[in-house]
Amino acid sequence: MSHDTNTGAAGKTAGFSPARLLHSPLALPLIGLIAVSVLMGLASDNFFSLGNIMNVLRQVSVVGILAVGMTFVILTGGIDLSVGAVMALVGTLSAGLMVNTGLPAVPALLAGLLIGLGIGLANGFLVAWGRMPAIIVTLATMGMARGLGLIYSGGYPISGIPSWISWFGVGRIGFVPVPVIVMVVIYAFAWVLLQRTAFGRHVYAIGGNELAARLSGVKTQRVKLAVYAISGLTSALAAVILTGRLMSGQPNAGVGFELDAIAAVVLGGTAIAGGRGLILGTLIGAVLLGILNNGLNLMGINPYLQDVIKGGIILLAIYIGREWR
Amino acid sequence: MLELNAIRKSFGKIEVLHGVDLNVRAGEVHALLGENGAGKSTLMKILCGIIPPSEGTIRIEGREQRFANYDEAIAAGIGIVFQEFSLIPHLDAVENMFLAREIRGRLGLLDRKAMRARATEIMRQLGVEVALDVPISRLSVAEQQFVEIAKALSLDARILVLDEPTATLTPSEVEHLFKVMRELRRQGVAIIFISHHLEEIFEICDRITVLRDGEFVGSCAVADVDNDRLVEMMVGRRIEQSFPPKPAPSTAPVVIEAEEVQLRKSGPVSRFALRKGEILGFAGLVGSGRTETVLAMLGAGPATRCKVRIDGIEKRLSGPDEGLAHGIGLLPESRKEQGLITSFSILQNISLNNYGKYRKGPGFIDLKKELACSETAMAQVRVKAQGPLARVDTLSGGNQQKVVIARWLNHDMQVLIFDEPTRGIDVGAKAEIYALMRAFTAGGGAIIMISSELPEVIGMSDRVCVFRSGGIVATLSGEDINSETIMTHATTGRIDNVA
Repeated sequence: MSHDTNTGAAGKTAGFSPARLLHSPLALPLIGLIAVSVLMGLASDNFFSLGNIMNVLRQVSVVGILAVGMTFVILTGGIDLSVGAVMALVGTLSAGLMVNTGLPAVPALLAGLLIGLGIGLANGFLVAWGRMPAIIVTLATMGMARGLGLIYSGGYPISGIPSWISWFGVGRIGFVPVPVIVMVVIYAFAWVLLQRTAFGRHVYAIGGNELAARLSGVKTQRVKLAVYAISGLTSALAAVILTGRLMSGQPNAGVGFELDAIAAVVLGGTAIAGGRGLILGTLIGAVLLGILNNGLNLMGINPYLQDVIKGGIILLAIYIGREWR
Repeated sequence: MLELNAIRKSFGKIEVLHGVDLNVRAGEVHALLGENGAGKSTLMKILCGIIPPSEGTIRIEGREQRFANYDEAIAAGIGIVFQEFSLIPHLDAVENMFLAREIRGRLGLLDRKAMRARATEIMRQLGVEVALDVPISRLSVAEQQFVEIAKALSLDARILVLDEPTATLTPSEVEHLFKVMRELRRQGVAIIFISHHLEEIFEICDRITVLRDGEFVGSCAVADVDNDRLVEMMVGRRIEQSFPPKPAPSTAPVVIEAEEVQLRKSGPVSRFALRKGEILGFAGLVGSGRTETVLAMLGAGPATRCKVRIDGIEKRLSGPDEGLAHGIGLLPESRKEQGLITSFSILQNISLNNYGKYRKGPGFIDLKKELACSETAMAQVRVKAQGPLARVDTLSGGNQQKVVIARWLNHDMQVLIFDEPTRGIDVGAKAEIYALMRAFTAGGGAIIMISSELPEVIGMSDRVCVFRSGGIVATLSGEDINSETIMTHATTGRIDNVA
């Protein structure tokens, strides 16, 4: 038995069947993923090699993790533009704590997670209790986080952190990169939260009809606070991966990543107005974006043209998605 | 001047206007009267070309007219001021009056001077002074109304419809409005005036037309009727729907005692008490403060004063979530906008605020128990649907309301507040909902029922609080619960005799 909260796909029965899959909100993102993979496979011999697939997933992991928090926020009908900047700030501050103050790596990384969580709580507080539009609040905190990171570091990367931290960025367990494992674990947590807890139902309820949820006694302000806090936390987790990969705290990292994260959520079939969508869709959306990046690179296409192609594909996907319903 | 003949209107199979006549002469103020849902608004929409009549004719100065849309009605000389104004708040009076038909000067630029001059002229004709250069939002409601009227006149309206213009005005503003109306009448404008305040009818109107349940009741000169006769025409003798029997008067303990609820500064102060096992009706006109009082009590709406005892202990609730914690649930007026998560299944809507009941570990949902509970709740209220996983937006209005009821019956609530429990629901489902309400009170629960349908108020309530102008003006019980008494309190009488 399963009655997942998603789009209210009605009358679901247990088990997988082609018909059921076709009516699932995951159908379109999956079709898109397969189509793009096949195209890339045809265009480049190397694409379907295990090495390249793991490489793509590793590249996807940072945006993929940011997109988890973004999914929670967008499901409530909000948006979080600060994720990329918060990630850069957390990375810079953690590295700074290790290098400049000599704090051991573990407490420094934990402090980074707390900073991310704190910024998320601030965003959530301003949106839920301050009743300010999420797009403005997070636009402002995006600017502040980016600026604070640059002030703290003077604009230069902070290097000299303990070498074992690179394990988070480039390490492997068996043939699977560590960041991919971290990403999958975070998605699993998110799935449980959204599908199996009362909190998850309330997230969907607020996106579906905030007034009705509030009038029936759902603590809507607390739920909104929590989704922004989750987004701050996933930004900080992404920062750990990124710091490990770059072996430094980079105040200029992650510029524009908030847009990639939003694109992953939307490509994954989540409604931008909230209330409908699945976390698995976001994973598919993030991988889809990663494959596009990877494939276009393998084909040697001009990077400027790549952005144009990606933008076009997002527009096309949303158009098809709307007609599909 | 204006003749509407045997107007009929059907929506689908349901006829809502059964042959209504309305004759308005030039230079008269004509009252259009009837209860909520009598068909006044539908008739005015037909007059303004917003919806076409199914049958019947409209004549203006003897010429038959067929309006395809609102613009054609305006061109034929009809002007309407809706209850909800259609002004743009941050534009000034002149900009609003000439919106979308701005006077253009050379080079196609706006000729502000010409527009201002024309606006000033119309305001002089109305005999009012309204600041023309400040944003509309800074004007009083009455002044905004004058701008609306001026806008209609600037379009050469000879027939002016005022839909409940006095509902939100202070007494002195009403006087000013009446002065303007008299001036327009002198100039030969035909005015159709909709109001629920009967004393206003006697003060300003020349003739009246009364509608009841979409039927034409009659037309006559105001001088030929008195207050009682008017109420009787509006209320009439109607076929009563069967309601479940009422229990004997209750002496059970009080659950909620509202000692003082004041919605606005210097507004009326209401008080009421709700006993276990009773249905307390909140009657009154739309906008009389019934829903607002309930929301204030729950902490979900503004109030200047709100002193409420729940089970004898003074409480100031901070929101519906605290209401839930105290066993008070709200079933809002508009199910789609305020009651249901339409993208959710029936099951998810029922369990929305009740995960404590099937918790498994910290915050986890026991899906099996949730399904079982929801199926029980659905069976209890007899929701007709494919199953608990059907989406609620595929259900009829009656079944949607049952889902909202099921959500609250799934808890052990002591008070349920029904806001317009049967609006938009067919007769059969109505009876089922009434039975569910009585079953709830028979089990010791208490109900506050806000309703604009008099038969429902009379048939269901053990006691009735009548609201007028933001507060309770009378609390009725026993034999006093009848249409005439309720309508009299709701529409006339002074409000300073508040208990």
